[in-house]
Amino acid sequence: MQHRKSRLPAYLLDIQREIEEHARGYGLDFWDVSFEILDYKRMQEVAAYGGFPVRYPHWRFGMDFDRLSKSHVYGLSQIYEMVINNNPAYAYLLEGNSLVDQKMVIAHVLGHVDFFKNNYFFSRTNRHMIDEMANHATRVRRHVERLGLEKVETFIDSCLCLENLIDPMSPFIVRHGAEPPAPGEAPPAELPRLRAKGYMEHFINPPEFLEKQRKKLDDERDKPRKTPREPERDVLQFLLDHAPLEPWERDLLSTVREEAYYFAPQRQTKVLNEGWAAYWHSKLMTEKVLKPSEVIDYADHNAGVLAAAPGQFNPYKVGLALLRHIEERWDKGRFGKEWNECDDYDARRTWDKHLGLGRQKIFEVRRLCDDVTFLDEYFTADFCAEHQFFSFARDERSGNYEIDSREFRKIKDKLLFQLTNFGEPFIYVEDANHANRGELLLAHRHEGADLHQDHARATLEALARIWRRPVNLRTMIHDKSRLLRYDGSAHSDEAG
Amino acid sequence: MALRIDPDHRRFRDIVRGKIRQNLRQYISSGELIGRKGKNLVSIPVPQIDVPRFHFGNQGQGGVAQGPGKVGDVIAPGQPDEGGAGKAGSEPGEHVLEVELSLEELAEILGQELELPRIEAKGKERLITQKDRYVGIRRAGPESLRHFKRTFRQALRRQIMMGQYDPKRPMVVPVREDRRYRSWKTVPMRHSNALMIFVMDVSGSMGDEQKEIVRIESFWIDTWLRTQYDGLESRYIVHDATAREVDRDTFFRTRESGGTMISSAYRLCAKMIAEDFPASEWNIYPFQFSDGDNWSSDDTSTCMEILKRDILPSVNLFCYGQVESPYGTGQFIKDLDDVFKGDELLVTSEIKSKDAIADSIRTFLGKGK
Repeated sequence: MQHRKSRLPAYLLDIQREIEEHARGYGLDFWDVSFEILDYKRMQEVAAYGGFPVRYPHWRFGMDFDRLSKSHVYGLSQIYEMVINNNPAYAYLLEGNSLVDQKMVIAHVLGHVDFFKNNYFFSRTNRHMIDEMANHATRVRRHVERLGLEKVETFIDSCLCLENLIDPMSPFIVRHGAEPPAPGEAPPAELPRLRAKGYMEHFINPPEFLEKQRKKLDDERDKPRKTPREPERDVLQFLLDHAPLEPWERDLLSTVREEAYYFAPQRQTKVLNEGWAAYWHSKLMTEKVLKPSEVIDYADHNAGVLAAAPGQFNPYKVGLALLRHIEERWDKGRFGKEWNECDDYDARRTWDKHLGLGRQKIFEVRRLCDDVTFLDEYFTADFCAEHQFFSFARDERSGNYEIDSREFRKIKDKLLFQLTNFGEPFIYVEDANHANRGELLLAHRHEGADLHQDHARATLEALARIWRRPVNLRTMIHDKSRLLRYDGSAHSDEAG
Repeated sequence: MALRIDPDHRRFRDIVRGKIRQNLRQYISSGELIGRKGKNLVSIPVPQIDVPRFHFGNQGQGGVAQGPGKVGDVIAPGQPDEGGAGKAGSEPGEHVLEVELSLEELAEILGQELELPRIEAKGKERLITQKDRYVGIRRAGPESLRHFKRTFRQALRRQIMMGQYDPKRPMVVPVREDRRYRSWKTVPMRHSNALMIFVMDVSGSMGDEQKEIVRIESFWIDTWLRTQYDGLESRYIVHDATAREVDRDTFFRTRESGGTMISSAYRLCAKMIAEDFPASEWNIYPFQFSDGDNWSSDDTSTCMEILKRDILPSVNLFCYGQVESPYGTGQFIKDLDDVFKGDELLVTSEIKSKDAIADSIRTFLGKGK
């Protein structure tokens, strides 16, 4: 640990304090931030570890490291800032960056930390994750020592195949109310009869009919209850509860699940979070921090961060632009019924009620929104046109990616589709006792796009290793309902 | 400095090389960093292992982006292989910056990726040329080599020292003693010469796809060997029932049909070596590509004889790559393997698809001969 910590030199610490002072003045509210200076190698390492100093041993961190160090060597990219959602927050500065860059990163990081602390979607994350990650690492290493790397890693691979089968909203679901009564204690249901006058009773509800009804009711009662009662989106939790796992396997699976939940809000709020941080670093730098001699360098680097080549979607740029758009609208009172119903172009152009509510509004947005709600609510036709958005798709014939539309509705739909559930399919646990053979049945809620079939099959294999019984996935392929099944040795695929 | 992540990194590389965890190898895709060389995009292979998950197949999904352009404008060219497509801008915020790469650097990367050893040359010491390189500055020399900048700097320095320099009238006048000249050093350059002979079967059974594979593979072999030798010669032979020497362009474009007599090419190859390229001074690398379909077994045994008697003794390495063709029997590779079992000078490899090209190059050049 000794060589890892290089404390921030006094002059940078002074700068940090100064920027923090300004940030508080604007109303930002953040935890203590502890900055560390890393050389580029260590920076890549930490980046590969998802921002953490220690992770459990796994090849995929090595893979990310490989990619990062190659793109560094070939001059393709470099890592600008990294910050961990933790209390106190940890953030990193790259050794050898110019002072302007360091100031910019510090300001940017404060924006992120404010976001972590105040955004609703982060409210249930573990704020001591840095310790938790270290604990995970220690535990996994212990399993490795006992069982060998090969075995542990292989199991982690299986878990990672399922990593995205979580319900990002589940931490917010409050379940209350008593459990429904156990099957045995259920009061015998009354036989349903058709309403009849006394003298007609015998004809309208003949004994055979009543007998049939009784039988139906009994069947209903004796029928085994489905597990889960309702389709369950948190597939990982379901497996933890119901799969026949060894203790060490359970531990690994819950580790993967916990980390997936920790990272989920960051993926849910990518555009808004980056936009928010970019908004504040711009504001802090240009209004407070920059010395005249630093302006050119700052503008140059800032332009680099916010650049979007044609055909790119840069969350920093989009988030920032949208926040500024909101600020302007609420400053000028461009909202509400009157604004929405006004179709006089000239009036709209010069609309300004001098409300000055912009700042307040964007603070509200940062507290309540994730990317989906952020864009759904505020991505307007005006904004879309002003920033030249388009949607693109692959042209079947040429194989090229082409602009396919500049229509607002289409663009927005596509954008929201991309962001909803991170652009991943919704998969539920449907039945743990499928066909009454203890098979697991998952269902894909099909919304227009088919699953990648090879990967779906491979994922079923991973699932079968955990469930230890045949597994099924109900999905749609080319608009037909299909049941993909893997029984531990062979795949099958039938209509269903 | 040792990093905590090193073991993970090592492990990943071992997986990519197929040393461990073979089951993961099927998920390796060559994720690409895209660089730009002149107008042509050049990509740097970065192996990625995609853990399979439930996710959408990306048929024409596309996405949303910003920028000018009309409906119908192409924003990113499609990639030939369907599986790797969909990367173009659909990943939010993935920055691709540009990189300047020379072909040599590219070959260097190829060498690293494929773990090709530096090739050991023979005849290294024989051919020595001398080359002048400008390495320094001196006070005397021909006027044509005068170094103006250094001369004026010297003059400025002198004037300042002597208090003659007036910043208000910045005039610098060099005198004779200020003059500086470029100086050179004569360095001996070792030359090792190499000859590549590419032989391709162009008979009717070789289709466009097969030729494409041959083209890609020979391009990379060519590129790699060029980084290893100065003065690299390449010769191209095409054959069906008869063989002839062609230029590079024809080699890649020609399409003929007819029977196949591999011995014709071998004869030409042997003749070429005997007449123009004495084996004592040249590192010779014949690369033969065929679908493995020869006219008759008689001809095949003639081939073996020529190979044994005339070709193998003079070459560094003889590489035979067999592409898969729907028509061919693919017998030739088996014959070669039978006859030259254990002979280090002859390497064979089957190239079943484009994906197998990298493995094939590794087989050919991995020995460092």
